[in-house]
Amino acid sequence: MKIVVCIKQVPDSDKVTIDRATNRLNRAGVPAIMNPFDENALEMALKLKDQYGAEVTVVTMGPPQAEQVIRDAIAVGADNGVLISGREFGGADTWATGYTISLAIRKLGPVDLVLFGKQATDGDTAQVGPGIANNLDLPVLTYAKSIEVVDDNTFKVVRTTEDGYEEWEIQRPCALTVVKEAGELRLANLRLKMKAKKAEIPMWGVAELNPDSALIGLQGSPTRVTKVFAPPVKSNRETLQGEAPEQVKQLIDRLAERHLI
Amino acid sequence: MSNKEIWVFAEQRDGKMESVVYELLSKGTELAEKSGYTLAAVVLSENGAPFAQELFNYGAKKVYTLDAPQFAYYQNDYETAAFCKAVRDFAPEAVLFGATTIGRSLAPTVASVLHTGLTADCTQLDFDTEKGYLLQTRPAFGGNIMATITCPDHRPQMATVRSNVFKKNRISDNEQGEIVSVPVELSAVPCRMKRIKAVTEGGADVNLAEAKIIVSGGRGLGSAEKFDMIRTLAKELDAGIGASRATVDAGWISHLHQVGQTGKTVCPKLYIAVGISGAIQHLAGMQSSDTIVAINKDPSAPIFEVADIGIVGDLNAIVPELVKQLQARKA
Repeated sequence: MKIVVCIKQVPDSDKVTIDRATNRLNRAGVPAIMNPFDENALEMALKLKDQYGAEVTVVTMGPPQAEQVIRDAIAVGADNGVLISGREFGGADTWATGYTISLAIRKLGPVDLVLFGKQATDGDTAQVGPGIANNLDLPVLTYAKSIEVVDDNTFKVVRTTEDGYEEWEIQRPCALTVVKEAGELRLANLRLKMKAKKAEIPMWGVAELNPDSALIGLQGSPTRVTKVFAPPVKSNRETLQGEAPEQVKQLIDRLAERHLI
Repeated sequence: MSNKEIWVFAEQRDGKMESVVYELLSKGTELAEKSGYTLAAVVLSENGAPFAQELFNYGAKKVYTLDAPQFAYYQNDYETAAFCKAVRDFAPEAVLFGATTIGRSLAPTVASVLHTGLTADCTQLDFDTEKGYLLQTRPAFGGNIMATITCPDHRPQMATVRSNVFKKNRISDNEQGEIVSVPVELSAVPCRMKRIKAVTEGGADVNLAEAKIIVSGGRGLGSAEKFDMIRTLAKELDAGIGASRATVDAGWISHLHQVGQTGKTVCPKLYIAVGISGAIQHLAGMQSSDTIVAINKDPSAPIFEVADIGIVGDLNAIVPELVKQLQARKA
């Protein structure tokens, strides 16, 4: 079985702080990590590999230093990885990103399964996975939490919904976006860490992927960011004074005024 | 009036219209007035006509019904194919989807097929009448920056919006509109997946996406047992129960309740944070809530930066007192 897991390097949001003066994020010096949901997707792939045997390839798109998440993935059991990188890809929105990564997955040859985290914690769009599935003409299930092999042509997948879960049968090859319930990513072991350190990570750019230049980067992106601004500061913020009974009485008055209770 | 249209994907499940659809129609009514476009709802179901009257009542002037037995439950391939065909045939200027598990599956595949832009989780929508642009504003970087996104050269302009972001406005019981029955042809779409079963679990207190009120507990509770206080308060308010990552990691409560960047993103009318300090990770998941109440003993806790109403004090005194006074108020 051949599995591709798409992963993204994101800033560690646990370590990000806000500059109270400017109301902006202090991103400098914030460590970059593998998107937490992509870790769950990778774990799903590695469980399949443990159980059925598989070649697990990770693909990421980003600046040259994003290579680190591929090494991190190899250190827990991924077999190999590809970095998609190049100035021409910069400024891509979810459509152009999906197009570019689809070219790379196609170049990897036939696959049985393509996995994504349900969304990335920096953009929170959840759009790239289903977009790539469509580009590759793969059926897609979102919010998957577990997978089993039924036979050579079929997987059984459980996906989460707002109020429960659903069981599906889906034909191979297919794509899934994966939720946290798929399981926490295993720890790296020493032998694999050594392998990860030495691994040659191919970097694919425009020369290797041969994209339609009108469809990549900013110019391939249908959307434009036209304005960026600080969120409106809440007016009427207040701190309730007094002892507990008095504070609670004021709270109930405020909530009643706002028709919340 | 222009013959251009703004569409709302009228998502139904098991014959029940999702409430976010009515919220989108209410916002869509404003956008239609501003743009001069016609507001339409699009229903994919086994039989769409019975949904039409209520969609009119919330402002749709037109309801497109796409009926097929394949729409008994949501299946991405079928709905993508039929929806894209309808978009190509009728060429709406904009399409709004609820950011539900279904909307967030359909919208990205439709955007991919149609090669158009899609903006996730918008919290404001407006219309630039001069340029004809839908102005789609969403929080970025965990809610610390707002970004307005447009889609200048591709149509339709598409956005998803979470439940509870826009207010519902039911105009009357008998609004008039036009039903347009659209033939659906799916024989060329291969069946590549099928649903075996659907299970509801966990009760209403974990459906945080639609909860009007959420009471959330954090590390300040001190122990798993103290979550009973949160449960009692939630019950009193008919609220969903949320939790910070720390409490989930400590095993005090199921992960189904986790609010935050790696849990659920919520935007209820009222969010009560009890003993939650307010790590960015958590704030990103709840700070677009309408009204935020924070109860914490540490006056410098970051949660107070986003709270509308702050109470500095001992949650062990405040929460039971709140339950008591709420009960007294009802009596």
